[in-house]
This record gives sequence, C-alpha cells and structure tokens, in this order.
Amino acid sequence: MATTQSAPDTTATPVPQIVAHDVQREQRGWVSWLTTTDHKRIGIMYVVASWVFFMVGGVEALLMRLQLAQADNTLISPQTYNALLTLHGTTMVFLFLMPMIAGFANYLVPLMIGARDMAFPRLNALSFWLFIAGGAVFCGSILFSPPECGWTCYAPLSEKAYSPTGGVDAWIFMVHLLGIGSFVGALNIFVTIANMRAPGMGWGRLPLYCWAMLTQSILLIISLPVIAGAVTLLLTDRHFGTHFYDATNGGSPILWQHLFWFFGHPEVYILVLPGFGIISEVLPVFARKPIFGYKAIAAATLGIAFIGSLVWAHHMFSVPMPYFVLVFFTLATYLVAIPTGVKIFNWIFTLWRGTIEFTTPMYFAAGFLGTFLLGGVTGIFVATFPVDWQLHDTYFVVAHFHYTIVGGAVLAFFAGIYYWFPKMTGRMLSERMGKTSFWLILVGFWVTFLIQHSAGLAGMPRRVYEYADVNHLETYNLISTIGSFILAAGVLLTGYNVVRSLKKGAVAGPDPWKANTLEWFTTSPPPVNNFDTVPRVRSVEPMKDIRRQIERQSRTPEQTPAGV
Amino acid sequence: MPRVVRDLLRFPVQRRFLVAASLSLLALAVLALAAGPAVAGPIAPDDSSGSPNAEGIRQLYLIIFALGMIIFFGVGGLLAYTLIRFRAKKGAVPAQIHGSTRMEVTWTVGAALLLVVIAVVTFAKLGQINDPPNSGPDGFPVTKSAASFPATGGAKQRLPPDGKSLSIDVNGQQYIWRYTYEDGDGNNLNNVFSYQQMVVPANTTVTLQIRSQDVAHSWWIPSLGGKFDAIPGSTNYTWFKASRVGTYTGQCAELCGRNHANMTAQVVVLPPAQYATWFARQKAAIRAADLGAAASRAALLREQKALLRGVQASATP
Repeated sequence: MATTQSAPDTTATPVPQIVAHDVQREQRGWVSWLTTTDHKRIGIMYVVASWVFFMVGGVEALLMRLQLAQADNTLISPQTYNALLTLHGTTMVFLFLMPMIAGFANYLVPLMIGARDMAFPRLNALSFWLFIAGGAVFCGSILFSPPECGWTCYAPLSEKAYSPTGGVDAWIFMVHLLGIGSFVGALNIFVTIANMRAPGMGWGRLPLYCWAMLTQSILLIISLPVIAGAVTLLLTDRHFGTHFYDATNGGSPILWQHLFWFFGHPEVYILVLPGFGIISEVLPVFARKPIFGYKAIAAATLGIAFIGSLVWAHHMFSVPMPYFVLVFFTLATYLVAIPTGVKIFNWIFTLWRGTIEFTTPMYFAAGFLGTFLLGGVTGIFVATFPVDWQLHDTYFVVAHFHYTIVGGAVLAFFAGIYYWFPKMTGRMLSERMGKTSFWLILVGFWVTFLIQHSAGLAGMPRRVYEYADVNHLETYNLISTIGSFILAAGVLLTGYNVVRSLKKGAVAGPDPWKANTLEWFTTSPPPVNNFDTVPRVRSVEPMKDIRRQIERQSRTPEQTPAGV
Repeated sequence: MPRVVRDLLRFPVQRRFLVAASLSLLALAVLALAAGPAVAGPIAPDDSSGSPNAEGIRQLYLIIFALGMIIFFGVGGLLAYTLIRFRAKKGAVPAQIHGSTRMEVTWTVGAALLLVVIAVVTFAKLGQINDPPNSGPDGFPVTKSAASFPATGGAKQRLPPDGKSLSIDVNGQQYIWRYTYEDGDGNNLNNVFSYQQMVVPANTTVTLQIRSQDVAHSWWIPSLGGKFDAIPGSTNYTWFKASRVGTYTGQCAELCGRNHANMTAQVVVLPPAQYATWFARQKAAIRAADLGAAASRAALLREQKALLRGVQASATP
C-alpha cells in the first residue's frame, strides 16, 4: 500500500499523500507509560505533568493575591507568604514553563523535521523522570518546611545561619535534578535537529519553531552548568563548612548574584524563545501567507540568545558595582531590543495583506503580540540603570516580567495547545470555549498586571506580605486581585475544554488547519513510527508544496494513486 | 521603490475605518483623562523632596515613558489595524510575499536609532543623578565629609565638589536600619545614632554609606532617589539633597527574611537650625548615657572588688 506502487510509469512523479501505518504493536496499559521511550508519549507526559504544576503555582499566586487584596491583611502569616512567593516563582519557572517547553519540543521537533524519534530516546525518558523526581522533592518540602528565600535564593539569606531548615536544600536538590534533566534534554534536541532532518531540509528550510528550540538548547547548555555550580557552592556552604558566599569569612554574597543571573537571565530567553517559535508557526498558517523574512527571524533568534547571554547584571543595578559595569549592562540590554523589534515587525508584516482566520490559536497569537509588546517597552525602562534604581524590586518589575513571560511564553503555549491538540489527540478543541477562555485570560491578565506598574511607582516593593494603604495602594491591589481570579477562570476553562474534547471533540483528521509543516503529514495522533515515508523537503512550507502537488496531479485522473 | 514594498502598500485604504479608529482612540484618551484622577495611578517615580537626583530620575523616566508610549501605541495600533483590516473575507486573496530586505533593514536601523536617542538622553541626565552638588548657602554648615567606618568593595563614593557633605553611615540589619552620624574623630562610640528615623537638615548634601551586618537589604526612600543595596562585605553609596522640609518614608526593597515587609525607614528633613538643635540634644543625651554607663561600670567594679575582698578575708584562716 505504499504511495506509488501502482504507477509503473517511471516518468510519473510520485504523489505524496498522508499515509502512515503502525509497524510496531501498540503498547497498552499504564506500565507502558512508565517504560516508554516514544518521544510523543514522553511529550504528552511532560505537558500533563507541567499542567499539574501550573495549577499548583496558580493556587500559590491566588493565595498571595488574596492576602494582598486588603492593606494590613492578616490572612496569611509572613512565614507562609515568603514560602508562597518562593514556591510560586520556582514552580512556574522550573516545574511549569521549562517542562511545558520540553514537552512541546519532544512531541513536535521530530515530527516537524520528519524524524521517527529523538536522537537518544532513553536519555529522553531519563530527562522526564528526573523532572518528576525534582518536582516531587520540591513540592514535598511543602509538607515540612518550604524555602522562604524567593526563587532567586540570594545568599546570605539562603545560608544555614538565616535559613536553617531543609527548604533551601530541597530547592538545591530540585535545581540539580531538573538541571541535569534539562541539560540532557537540550543536548538531545540539539543532536536531533542537527542530524535527523528530512531529506532536503537544509538549515534554510528548518521550521522556525525548530530554530527557536535549537537556539534555546544552546542557551541551556551554556547556562545550566553555571547554576549547577552555584547551588553546589551553596550546598557546601550550608553543610560542609565552606564560605563561598559568606562575607565574614572572605566570601562574597555578590558572587551568588552574578552566578545566579548568569543563568537567570538567559533563562528568560530559554522561556520565551520557544514561545516565539510557536508564534512564527501559527501566524503564517492563519494569515495564509508565508512568514515575512524567514532568515531575519531565524537570525534574530540567534541574536537574542547571544546578546541575552551578556546582560545578566542588569538584574543587579542597585548592587555596589563599578560605574562602567552599569553602563555596559545598560547598553547591552538596549541591544536586545533590536532583534526583538525585528521579530515583532516581521510578525506583524506576516499578517499584513494576509487573510487572517480568527481561530483560537490565532486569538492567542494576537494576544501574545500585544501583551509582549508592552513587556518589551517596559524593558527599556528597567534597562536604563538610573531609572531602574527606582523601579528595581518593586511591583513595576513584577508587572514587567509577567508581561514578558506570560505574554511571551504562556500565551504562546495556549496558542500551541489549541493549535497542536488536534495533532496530539486526533480531536479538535471547542472553538467557542477556546475563545471565551482567551478573552478571560487576556482581560484577567491585563487587569491583574497593568495596575501593578502603578503600585510599583507608588512605592510598593515586591515580596512584602503586607503594606500600608498609602498612595491608593489598596485600590491597586484589589483591582489586581480581581483580575487574577478572572485570569484563573480562563485557564480553568481551557483545562475543562481539553478534558471534554478528548472524548467529545470533532474528529480532526491529519491536517485540520491546512498548515505548513511536516507534523501534519501524518495521521492524528501519529503512529509510533511517525511516518511511513518521509517526503523530500523543497521549501520552508513542505505541506503547502505537497497539497499543491496533490491538487495538480489529481487533475489527471489516470495518475490518481491506487489504494486511497 | 522596490516591487515588494509597493506590493505591501498596495491596498485600498478605508478612510472610514481610519477615522473610526482614531476617533475611538481619542474617546479612550478623553475617558482616561476624565476618570484618571480617581483610578489612574502615578505614572512616574516620586520626587517630592526636591532632591536633584530624584528629580533627574523622574525627568529621565518621563522622557523614556513618552517614547515608550509612542512605540507601544504606534506598533500596537499597526497591529490592531492589521488584524482588523486583513481578516479573512470572501474573495480576499492573501499576498504571497516572503519578505523585504529593505523594509527589514529600515526597521532594524529605526530601532537602533531610537535606542541611541534613549542612550544619549540617559547620559545627558547622568550627571544630575550621580554627582552630588554642594550644599545650598542656607544649608547646614558642614566642615568636611567624614568617614568613621572602613569602606569595602568595588563601589566608589562621590562627594560634592567642595568636599563638604553630611556623612551618615546606614547599617541594615534584620529588620531595622541604624544610622550613625559620622564625625571622623576615630571614635565610633560617641557618634550620634538613631534607628529607623533619620533626621537631616534641608538644602544640605547628605552622603550615605550603606552597609549590612547580616543578609542583603536595600535602602530605598522613593522621594530621595533610587535604591542601593546593603550587602555584607561591600559598602554602597548614595546621596541626596532635599530642598523641601517634610517626612519621607520608604522601606527595605530586598527580601531579607520574614519581617522584610516591616523594615521601614523614615527620613525627616528639618530646617538646618532645628536640625542643629536636634543634633545637639542627641549628642548630649548620648554623652549623658555614656557618662551614666561609665559611672555604673565604675560602681559595679567597686562592688565586685569589695566582694572579692570579703571572699578573700573569709577564706583566710
């Protein structure tokens, strides 16, 4: 039943078509999920597990918003509040976003490049189970004594003298476990993209999502060893009598900040670059137009990663540092705005003169553009070091990085969920619920975070469990709390939509969106081996070529392939 | 004009649409202004103390704010227009355009130029924000800047051109600020000090050296300029020169433990004459306390000696 067997005429061009068959016996039962090395199953487990952590991190955020809804509130104790802010930040960054990215990449990268699995399937499974172990260790600390030092765990506050309980150790252990998992996963993705692309898929035809994942892998490989080293030093400080971060014995607390942010700032791009990649895939499909400036977007991705690795100390403008250091990091940070601006213009001009179909993924992609835009603009404010002296560590910064991370990563993931759910499950998500969910999330987000800029300018530092009602702070915070619950309702609606559509969604078929990339060249969901035959790739949009070819060849009836 | 640019621009402009869009933007702006005072927040950092560094930061912020809003509404408006104007309609055909090097170079250079403008403005404002001026003629007469504590770390202190400033050592500790008024006599025990509330004279340049004795804290009084971290092992510096009398509040801005939210600070700016009175009273109180402590130490010593003599006497057979 191969595609072209019935055409003995050698002059006829083979007609590619969407066929794929199981060559292995399908594994069944829950044990098969524990032992699987199939990139699609691992990807789905990543996505589901990180969604669970997303819910946990969301509840932590809502508890904090409840506490802050009123001035001088006594709902939550300062100890619990500090634990909540630490849990929220760490959970969202390490246990929600990073694994969500890994899940999407696991599922999509081999399919998009026409490969049958990742380069190292067993290492892939190891990455996933290390993530689960790290998540369990960290969340387990909730039952005992969760860390209270913020997701940045600044020394000396995180040293034994000031944080004597095991919470910080649980945090360190989690960073190590997840770090190894992510590092191995990044190598895996890099090797897969570098070596396993379909015939004809040169670097100039690699989907932009894969460009983003390739670049993100490089960032992970560069920055993860640094945080691993930094937390190891903290561990030896805490338990083995060293003094790396102890100023009273010749160590340096500022060293921790440098090491942490040398990882921590690339981490921001580690979180948003995959989101950029998703947007670069979604926009051309629904504008029915090729991406505007493919090479510029790929180059901007690399540019953002390169410059993004050289700006870490802009998180430390208020630390005593020589003057030229401040100037260098301000100017370097300005430079990031250039490739980012290029991307935004290229995305807008991808839509320009298209015929935009407003499906739910397109809604989220549009929401991403507007939201991330404001995050980028406030980025210029905090990059300017004298201005940052006022804004640093206030709610202005909280608002800024939620605009970039929720705008740049989370909204892109919702676009991705609605876009690829049909491929992953064979069912469509409900568009009606999807659009309602979008509006709840978008409105909820803007209501929550726009006003936080003002709270910061009115003098409210971040990470405070209570505040006095001066300068209208109570009004701002109440507005913010109301917004956070609207946002939560939108997120829950998408969760419900997913659960419901698994059984009741319309059957998707292999290519419901008439999309551009190779993952739509197989059945939904794809079989274990992904593809029976991998077509030769002749452009950035192989599916468009294939559809065009089918259309052209099916006009001559005698060449219609048999067995369809 | 290259063909692709012409291609991009060739579309029937709907005047009606543009008018409606600008009218609704205008209506939104009017609504925001009308409802503004009730709900809108501050749009720039505070500088109500009249300290030049806080004023400089506010002015710089407002320039960047204006440019930022132009970018946001310009690009956001383009996005909104694109989304509405090019939504799928019957019979519409998407233009198969792959890009335009010229346009991409244009907006790359445009973004770079804008950043150059922001950088130039920042550097132009930097002197006002960084360099302390001399005290005003009606300020408190200070003889010279005096440091009582050794400085550590890589940051450098900036002093006014005439070298005269009121020097205060700010020490962060869980969860309170301690201020030591430096007199440079080499004896730190007789210095005037206070906790939480700092009293300073108006129109006088005050230089702070900021240290911490336990974890990282951050010194921040919004009306008096930016925040400066207090980190063990490094001395940090800032300054202010408040021209308006009043009480300015702030709080620790770096998570320092469970009571971080209550590590507040107040700076009370007094007319120089009142400050002099306050300072003399504190000095006298500290001297009296020192003398009292010395007297009770001496009394205690006498008592112990007497006791010791008694013990020795009873131990003698």
